[in-house]
Amino acid sequence: MTTSNAAWTEAAVQVAGLRVQYLEAGAGAGTPLLVLHRSTGNPGWLPFHEELSGAARTMVPDLPGYGQSERPDWAREPRDLAILLHRALDRIGLDRVSVVGLGFGGWVAAEMAVLQQQRFERLVLVGTPGIRPDEGEILDQMMLAYEVYVRACFADQAAFEAEFGEQPDAATRELWDFSREMTARLTWKPYMWDWRLPYLLAEVETPTLLVWGGEDGVVPRSVGRQYRDALPNARLEVVEGAGHMVEVERPRELAALVRAFVS
Amino acid sequence: MFLGYFTERPYQDPEAGISGAFLTEGGQLFAPGDAPGAIDLGTSNGLYNPRVAHQLYNRYLDEKVYAEEMGFDGLMLNEHHASLFCMGGAINVEAAILARITKKAKIVLLGNVLPIWDDPMWLAEELAEIDLISGGRLVPGWVRGTGRESVAHNAQSPFNWERFQEAHDFVIKTWTTDGPFRWEGKHFQYRYVNPWSRPMQQPHPPIWIPGTLSKNTLRWAAEHRYPYIMLGGELEAVRESFDYYRECASNVGYEAGPENFGYVIKVHVEESDEHAYEVGRKYLQGPSNPFIEGNQGEVRQHLQSLPGLSPRKGEMLPMKRDRAQAKARGVDTAEAPPQPKAPRVPDHERDFSGSYDKQIERFNIVVGSPETVIERMHHVVETLELGTVFLWDGDGAMSHEDAMSSLTLMGKHVLPAMRQIGDDLNLPGPYDFDPPLGSVG
Repeated sequence: MTTSNAAWTEAAVQVAGLRVQYLEAGAGAGTPLLVLHRSTGNPGWLPFHEELSGAARTMVPDLPGYGQSERPDWAREPRDLAILLHRALDRIGLDRVSVVGLGFGGWVAAEMAVLQQQRFERLVLVGTPGIRPDEGEILDQMMLAYEVYVRACFADQAAFEAEFGEQPDAATRELWDFSREMTARLTWKPYMWDWRLPYLLAEVETPTLLVWGGEDGVVPRSVGRQYRDALPNARLEVVEGAGHMVEVERPRELAALVRAFVS
Repeated sequence: MFLGYFTERPYQDPEAGISGAFLTEGGQLFAPGDAPGAIDLGTSNGLYNPRVAHQLYNRYLDEKVYAEEMGFDGLMLNEHHASLFCMGGAINVEAAILARITKKAKIVLLGNVLPIWDDPMWLAEELAEIDLISGGRLVPGWVRGTGRESVAHNAQSPFNWERFQEAHDFVIKTWTTDGPFRWEGKHFQYRYVNPWSRPMQQPHPPIWIPGTLSKNTLRWAAEHRYPYIMLGGELEAVRESFDYYRECASNVGYEAGPENFGYVIKVHVEESDEHAYEVGRKYLQGPSNPFIEGNQGEVRQHLQSLPGLSPRKGEMLPMKRDRAQAKARGVDTAEAPPQPKAPRVPDHERDFSGSYDKQIERFNIVVGSPETVIERMHHVVETLELGTVFLWDGDGAMSHEDAMSSLTLMGKHVLPAMRQIGDDLNLPGPYDFDPPLGSVG
């Protein structure tokens, strides 16, 4: 996996007795950015993060239960993580942020907006599940070997191999394996959606950008339209030719979309 | 010594080509994994023929009745879901029928998959009814299940072990406490527990716990003084696992003996060694359990090792040396890179004899004339100090005739000899105690 060599720092706060770790870099004049990773975990400081940090302070937490953030054994749904992350931002002292949620992290971001939208200046959701698709189904990672699942997140298999090689290394596989276990604790049945969410989104007035890879094989594009219809201030952009992991396949293009939207 | 009989009840349909783990399509043979239906948890039930299933269910019940007639103490049923190699998705139905059509053999369930029951109250009621109809002959056994069970009933795999323990505690309390009472647990809640059926055996039917790998299940069984029934495995690894049980038993203040230990082993008997060797090869054919080494079938490892289902490093038994099983149960998933798929080899060029011979050599499979089988089983029960043995026969591609002729020879020669061996070596079974082992948790 390509990670950036740029200077970033690592810090942690305690929330509900649990350590929540985050990476951060950048110090621009803009509103700080919070980036929430996908269900496969955050491999580190990515070129996408680096692109964002050129304009604003950018913070990338490991979601509680993923990576270096301790597991809340009691957590049963993404909303539990949303509550913990709000409290983590309280501890860090960030009253106002924009948030970028990637995949499952976007669902957590949407729950955060439902709970406390005053904190958010802008919301960006990339290929985000959380709503039952009107058309098609959300690809079920629990029925796939994790490597097969991550491959399915790419439109271009050459891009997958450029990132991970033909055989991902042990650390990457361990991250996927470990992350999948936490995901299974949070969204098993129903898988990757909550029937309450679209009704609650109707009250979220935060300006929202929805980004979908044109070739997203994991979360159907119909979910993007459903988010757009549920949220009062949302628009949908499609990155043609990209798969589900837009931030890895098209880091610059996605970062440019985000920067233009949040600035 | 307690002697039981077991078959996994494979779905055999020669007409559809599902005889052997190979399917035929247009007369062509496929290697496992290449055929549309030969992959574990990849077989569409569009291939299912209810007429065939009707015959097979009744065949397996008939064989159980005959096994009782031949002198077996116990008739064992196991449970798997969405699987060709085991038709027992609803074993309580089979057990209920056996309760009525057999007379004295114990009906041993090894076992119900506890974590996949969203309503364990229903399980408590069903098992109590079976015990009542059978006149107190039920031995419930409980398992955590493989990934296919969690997939089939959509049970949240990370909570498998928690749900197992809570469902156990709930069922035992339901059987042993006068109702009504209320249950407010972590995974199960009931506002009125007062079923109008209680088991015939008091305080509750003896519980036996089957397993293969999970160290915490073994420890848990020892702490509850439940007999542990090892489902196959290499003798040395099984011995080490039993030693661990003894150690756990000693930690809670008792000494485990042969009555605590059972073993399920493939045994097929014919008049001659040569004939038995040929028929025994069928264990490795047919839709036989593909996660047992050497069998013809392909396991989809990621479904067996669902997230959180298997304990992580440091909680595995020494049996992980048995690589095929360990892989199937999800050991070292993060460490082992995915292997490139083996090139397709036509059926007639595939050589399974090496694996078959190896399994015979290692005592994973025992085949032969009555004399040969008795001699080899003597070694097995002596090595493992077993109080309970289940002879696993009539499996894979074996026919009803194969099963019946072997049962006859078992009844005539093998069972009496094994009882004698048990007496000579002083190997009591769970029912040689009053109350029988496992009945007081």
